[in-house]
Amino acid sequence: MAHINLPDGLPGIRGPMAFRPETARHLNELAEVLLRSESSLSRGDRELIATYVSYLNDCFFCQNAHGGIAQHYLQCDMGFIDQVKVDFESTSISDKLKALLAIAGSVQKGGKQVTADQIEKARGLGATDREIHDTVLIAAAFCMFNRYVDGLGTWAPQDRNTYVDRGKMRAEEGYIHFDLYK
Amino acid sequence: MAHIAVPEGIPGIRSLVMFRPETGQYLYTLAQVLLRGQSPLTPAERELIATHVSARNNCTFCLSSHAAAARELFKEESNLVNCVIVDVKSAPVSPKIKALLSIAGKVQINGMEVQPEDIEAAIRAGANDRDIHDTVLIAAAFSMFNRYVDGLATLTPTDPKAYEEMGKRLATNGYSLPKPVNS
Repeated sequence: MAHINLPDGLPGIRGPMAFRPETARHLNELAEVLLRSESSLSRGDRELIATYVSYLNDCFFCQNAHGGIAQHYLQCDMGFIDQVKVDFESTSISDKLKALLAIAGSVQKGGKQVTADQIEKARGLGATDREIHDTVLIAAAFCMFNRYVDGLGTWAPQDRNTYVDRGKMRAEEGYIHFDLYK
Repeated sequence: MAHIAVPEGIPGIRSLVMFRPETGQYLYTLAQVLLRGQSPLTPAERELIATHVSARNNCTFCLSSHAAAARELFKEESNLVNCVIVDVKSAPVSPKIKALLSIAGKVQINGMEVQPEDIEAAIRAGANDRDIHDTVLIAAAFSMFNRYVDGLATLTPTDPKAYEEMGKRLATNGYSLPKPVNS
């Protein structure tokens, strides 16, 4: 049971969002611009950063919800997403994305953990300032979303396949124009 | 020097939202509704939560600017802000605020650190669901803001006067997106 009285039947962040629509609006607008708006980082790559940080924060709902969306965009299986989470260096993702995931991993520990060497490495592999900026902000934002979801003790469906189906839906609808109750 | 080419001489998060106003606009509207919008917690109490989390994340810019805003808003009780930064347990704040700050401190570590006992203690001290919700989301949001500001190594002023001015501005005007440098 959640720590506060949230509307029934809504898993993860949807409960607190229905509880307080005034803040939900801005959280969703932020997610939409960060994860879906025009960017040289693909939507799949950005969802992968969100998934990786949520995994590091051990947030079951967020890592599966965003893992499901990443899986849809990247047209891969759950095994690939899991491999990125536990050891992205061993996967077939680009070296640039590996360098950006390393930065995201440092942000998850604390902002000051990001080193000049990590930035230089990413830049050497072709990352732009905007891509570095967006990586840091996506990682930071998921340190918020994960804490919001778990800090209020929300519930999450345990069958990971349900997130794969919903991932397709969220990828189609986006983060702003959707019904919290569906 | 910041990790990316943000406008020169602009401190902290302001330099980042000027670099990327498309994301900045929502960060500022979120801060405004969280810290100044309708809530059972006063703006001063909410700035205190932001200060406490920023102190725990060792983010000098956010700590100094939100502590300055909290001092302005607490007026003659402004000394309690320093007490909270040093030690929440002995700080001269109500049992309810103490219980909420304790929840915020756990959120700073990780959401799952918050236990039913923490929530029960806050409710016994008079907190309601909205107090708890707003506390958790403010603490979570500052776990983002702090990482954003330090993760890109933004300019952190060392002169306390710079923060006094920020505190006055935040207490009076709240959070609004700074204008682009060239306009």
